Amino acid sequence: MSNGPKTKPRLAVWLPLILFAGFFALVIWGLVRPADREVASAFIDKPLPEFNLPPATDERPGLATATFKAGKPRLLNVFASWCVPCAVESPQLAQLAGQGVEIDGVAIRDRKPDVARFLAQNGNPFARIGKDDLSQVQLAIGSSGVPETFVVDGKGVIRYQHIGEIRPEDVPLILSKLEEAAQ
Amino acid sequence: MIAELGLAVLWMAAALAVLQLVAGILALRPEGRQVAGLVRPVAVMQGVLVAGALVALITLFLTTDLSVKLVAENSHSMKPFIFKLAGTWGNHEGSMLLWVAIMAVAGGFVALVEKRLPENTLIATLAGQAFVSLGFYAFLLLASNPFQRLPEPAPEGAGLNPLLQDIGLAFHPPTLYVGYVGLSIAFSFAVGALVTRDVGPAFARAMRPWVLGAWIFLTLGITAGSYWAYYTLGWGGWWFWDPVENASLMPWLAATALLHSCSVLASRNALKAWTVMLGVIAFSMSMVGTFLVRSGILTSVHAFAVDPERGSFILALLAIYIGGALTLFALRASTVTEGARFSFVSREAALVFNNVMLCGILGIVLVGTLYPLLTEAMGVKVSVGPPYFNPVSAVFAIPMMLVMGVGPLLRWRQDSFEGKGAGRITLPVGVCALLSAAVLLGVELLAPQIKLLPALGLAIAAGLAPASFLPLRGRNLRRTPLATWGMVFGHFGIAVALFGMASESAFSTERLAAMRPGDVQQVGPYAVKLEGIGPVAGPNWTALEGTVSASYAGAAPSILRPQARTFSNPPGNRTESALKTRWNGQLYAVLGEEGDDGRWQMRFWWKPFVPMIWYGGALIALGGLLALLGRVAADVRRLVATGKIAYRRERQGR
Repeated sequence: MSNGPKTKPRLAVWLPLILFAGFFALVIWGLVRPADREVASAFIDKPLPEFNLPPATDERPGLATATFKAGKPRLLNVFASWCVPCAVESPQLAQLAGQGVEIDGVAIRDRKPDVARFLAQNGNPFARIGKDDLSQVQLAIGSSGVPETFVVDGKGVIRYQHIGEIRPEDVPLILSKLEEAAQ
Repeated sequence: MIAELGLAVLWMAAALAVLQLVAGILALRPEGRQVAGLVRPVAVMQGVLVAGALVALITLFLTTDLSVKLVAENSHSMKPFIFKLAGTWGNHEGSMLLWVAIMAVAGGFVALVEKRLPENTLIATLAGQAFVSLGFYAFLLLASNPFQRLPEPAPEGAGLNPLLQDIGLAFHPPTLYVGYVGLSIAFSFAVGALVTRDVGPAFARAMRPWVLGAWIFLTLGITAGSYWAYYTLGWGGWWFWDPVENASLMPWLAATALLHSCSVLASRNALKAWTVMLGVIAFSMSMVGTFLVRSGILTSVHAFAVDPERGSFILALLAIYIGGALTLFALRASTVTEGARFSFVSREAALVFNNVMLCGILGIVLVGTLYPLLTEAMGVKVSVGPPYFNPVSAVFAIPMMLVMGVGPLLRWRQDSFEGKGAGRITLPVGVCALLSAAVLLGVELLAPQIKLLPALGLAIAAGLAPASFLPLRGRNLRRTPLATWGMVFGHFGIAVALFGMASESAFSTERLAAMRPGDVQQVGPYAVKLEGIGPVAGPNWTALEGTVSASYAGAAPSILRPQARTFSNPPGNRTESALKTRWNGQLYAVLGEEGDDGRWQMRFWWKPFVPMIWYGGALIALGGLLALLGRVAADVRRLVATGKIAYRRERQGR
């Protein structure tokens, strides 16, 4: 029943090989494609949600959405004093701040004295720091952990999401994303 | 010293594999007959040597020899014994060595015991096995040497991923590997049979125990892996259609189809080309699965441990072996396709139906797994999850399970539902079908909120469970062959697992609560009370442990202790859920984080009959084991009988 007569041209026997060739072509493409394997955040090209956070430290003002609508691209850095990789990225943030990039911070589930100690140890590149005790802003902008850094253009629209700490080799990428956002 | 010895032995084994291949090819030509005697002993020796290399690596891990790179990167002197052992294969290099070792040992075993096949087909099989092994030897020795030394011994090892430090995971990968690699024997048999154009019942009988064995291990491996994911990941789910899970499911589906078509070929000499192709497909799926997992091609979020070089290497192996075998199949298939005919209502037809449905599910899973890659090639990023897999695979699974109730009752070649068949088949199956319909009707009337798929699952399980015992009707149970018992248990296991899955999906209740010590919550029939939270310490972790007393419908409470563990080497966290199993379900408790107000995030599930999923898996594996024992016992009896006949002939001087 399943086997046809012998004389019939048996193209079907080549079918598995053809399917495998298709699979092969697909994964070859998958292996050599550009190394961008991150899933694009669903929040890219979406405006920031409305928020108004109280200051996380006495040295800097709190953070509100209005700050990001001033016409110039800014970085939004999600961090916490209890987060070890956040300390690792501070030289890179300092370098960016030194090149004139304006950086705002959101401190997640933190206490004022801890934030102050963290900034004293690692430097303070932030213009403003908002205190997000319930991770409300963090979740609303699609960040799942600390640290994460967002490039926000001058109209308050998220243009790029950097997951994990900014390593020295990531600095040019961040700068180029800021330039893109400025256009 | 041990590392160097291991490496040397591995090279020797690779050299023997070359010899096995060359001698095998020569032996198949008329002028090379004299080297034919070489193939079997070489195959046995190769198995012994690789086993030696594996023992060397295990020794290095057990003694935590930190001058070896692999040990330093994956082990730690403070790790408990069992995880040092498991660390041997809990990494890329070690697992590839385990793979090669199982493959060579299995090949050696075939060389030692297989006497039924024509010698030429066996030699072609062993040459094929050597050819496949060689690729993996090359991969090990050239691209992932497990015995590499460090220039300076490391002061301390880096440890093992905390998620993997679990007793289930210590034995889950080797179990799956035995399954994957067991299928390589079926692959080699298929290639050997294609080379000598000798596809017949003898080939199917020789291949069947290997397929059965591999299938048992795959079943156990998948069942255990599912349970592991269920209790360690702390999400309360038991199957996520994750690429890694699909990678183990696809070979199982192919092996299940192969198992059934093997029995058609062995008993009826039909489905020749189809069985050979499934033999090729089953191991191909193992390799494809390994490739998809190892190359990192599908790990899209937070890609880690991606190694395109290794990926390319495995892909090259895939192209050579799968491409080669499928080409051979296409060239030779026309000469092996003729088989015995059968009518539309017959056991063969039911098994063909089962095969087509299984291959349908296999296709669904493969396409679903590759779909994100496919759409990305067209510029769209998507992820594919249960909303696709569940209904689409059910389209194939449900008809298959319906036929499963009838198929085993049908006679080979030709049968009928009328006349004599009415009492034997139609009536009992009709009763089971009525049972299914009654359950479906009952669910729809009493609990209309239950979705269609779980309702259908409950209904089919209710009919299939009694139907799976029908083949025993009217038989002398003592004389029923073990293989038949195996089939009955296997099919019953499917019904049991299906019931568990449907029940979990239909009746689970979840409760998420922020609790202070002393607070009480109601979860299904359970009243759970958070008694307290305290620190505990293990050999290489510390944890916060919640003490939860759970009382079932007012009965005396039992204590659950969910933990949030923190591992130090390497640093990492893992939730250790706590389970309370009753005959009618499981209470599942997870300890979350502490909120600012001193309340703890607690998560509870009451999952009625969820353990049936894994009991079902175990029953399926038990069915496979019974069938395997039955087949092997029959083979041994026949061997003994032919031995006796030969002995008598010799004595009588004939």
